[in-house]
Amino acid sequence: MATLHSEDQAIETSEDVVHVRQRVRARAVEIGLSLVDQTKLVTAASELARNALEHGGGGIARIEVVNDGHRRGIRLTVEDRGPGIADIQLALKDGYSSRGGLGLGLGGAKRLANEFDVQSRPGEGTTVTIARWR
Amino acid sequence: MERIPILKMGRYLLVTIQVDMHDRLALTLQDDLTERIVRDAAKAVLIDISALEMVDSFIGRTIANIAAMSSVLDAETVVVGMQPAVAITLVELGLPLKGVRTALSVEHGMAVLKARLLSDDERHGDATQ
Amino acid sequence: MSETIRAHEKAVLEEWLDAQVSGRGMRSELLSRQELHDQSRSFLDALASAMATGVDVHSPSFIPVRQMLEELSAARARQGYTPTETATFVFSMKQPLFALIRRVFKDDPAALAESAWEVTRLLDSLGLFTMEVYQKGREQVIIRQQEEMLELSTPVITLWKGILALPMIGTLDSSRTQVVMETLLQRIVETGAPLAIIDITGVPTVDTLTAQHLLKTVAAARLMGADCIISGIRPQIAQTIVHLGVDLGDVITKASLADAFAVALKRLGLGVQRTRPEQNAQASAPPKRSGQAEEA
Repeated sequence: MATLHSEDQAIETSEDVVHVRQRVRARAVEIGLSLVDQTKLVTAASELARNALEHGGGGIARIEVVNDGHRRGIRLTVEDRGPGIADIQLALKDGYSSRGGLGLGLGGAKRLANEFDVQSRPGEGTTVTIARWR
Repeated sequence: MERIPILKMGRYLLVTIQVDMHDRLALTLQDDLTERIVRDAAKAVLIDISALEMVDSFIGRTIANIAAMSSVLDAETVVVGMQPAVAITLVELGLPLKGVRTALSVEHGMAVLKARLLSDDERHGDATQ
Repeated sequence: MSETIRAHEKAVLEEWLDAQVSGRGMRSELLSRQELHDQSRSFLDALASAMATGVDVHSPSFIPVRQMLEELSAARARQGYTPTETATFVFSMKQPLFALIRRVFKDDPAALAESAWEVTRLLDSLGLFTMEVYQKGREQVIIRQQEEMLELSTPVITLWKGILALPMIGTLDSSRTQVVMETLLQRIVETGAPLAIIDITGVPTVDTLTAQHLLKTVAAARLMGADCIISGIRPQIAQTIVHLGVDLGDVITKASLADAFAVALKRLGLGVQRTRPEQNAQASAPPKRSGQAEEA
């Protein structure tokens, strides 16, 4: 898997969430993702970035253009420095939210992406990686 | 402080969202709209999202909240112009946007609102007519 | 390993060429010996360079090698080589390389075994890679043909102002359904039509995934402010839907397109009215009385 381009975006304010969306959109357009696929990816990015901000106390997003030898894709890794997730399976369930209100973020991002991975441990923050291929 | 402009047209309030909203801006809109509904005694709110290329769970919930709050204030809300890619994504995301009336365009939205306001007047009898 | 090949490059190249020429891959009517020689030499050169960093064909140092194989495989596919003939380009290198290893490591059986294994792994990966490239090329052709068929076979029709119809014909696979649905939603926006009838009379079977796509399309249309009616459900499909446990929710389904059209009209507050007594529908004037026809 080759990384053709990589950029980082800090997530410290709600404007930063918008920046993450815009950068993901720009890269997605560049590699020629269809409009629907772009929208799914940008929406997933927004969910993850917001989670990092609201639940994780801030973090960083890495947006990469990747190539697996056959096709190009976008990989987004959002890492926060929050309390971590104790029960990942529970967090992935729709409707779950540690703070009340519809918790669609993590499960939603998973449904909108081709690939999804979450690494988290209580006290060690959370890192979510998603990818969308052309 | 940036805000999304709200236009008054008779008894309708018209909001056109043309920027990529960050969360605070969305919340400000929610506050501004509820305030204007009361201040202008508005009967209907039309939110045009035809320029929005993305609606995530927060923006979706905000829209649903606006509709619910307006309803409590006796005003109808219609959200118009949702783009196909956004609709498909919302379905995949699993956000049903229950309780939010939608229409294809501003014209369709106005027609829906007029019909409802008319039937409301007939039912309740409008004292201000 | 890399230096070993470099040191004996000429000999390896000659033996490899011989193996190719006498083997299954040689199509002398398509490729001259000189062209084959040039191709093989460039490839061997790139391979030797890449092997300096190891034998992982997915590592960046192998990108030139993979690119070369991609071009070669695509070119040969266009010329009419079978995938096996193309893969032989790579596999026929085993013989000369093993011969080389036997000569160089003849006093070190452990190193000989390890090198042989490395070379086997490497050439197997590269050979499989050429097969994959060939496959991908064929898939691209099929996809393009599918897209063209798609455009031809599922037009969106305006039945009346505000009512669209999408007659679907043929088997619905997941990707086709997705594309068609996206097209329908786009047309709904373009025409401002709040009702769309999706007719599946021409669809022989429906699986869970397709049914879900249909339902998602209806959900998306509703979010946009439109609605869909599904018509033309054959008895078998009705059975499949129940059997699979697909919940149609409150989506309206009608047996025929005509029924669906009637529902759509009603929803828009429209109706069809008789404007003259029932007559046959032919456009020509009624025939003259027989007496008149005989007049000069």
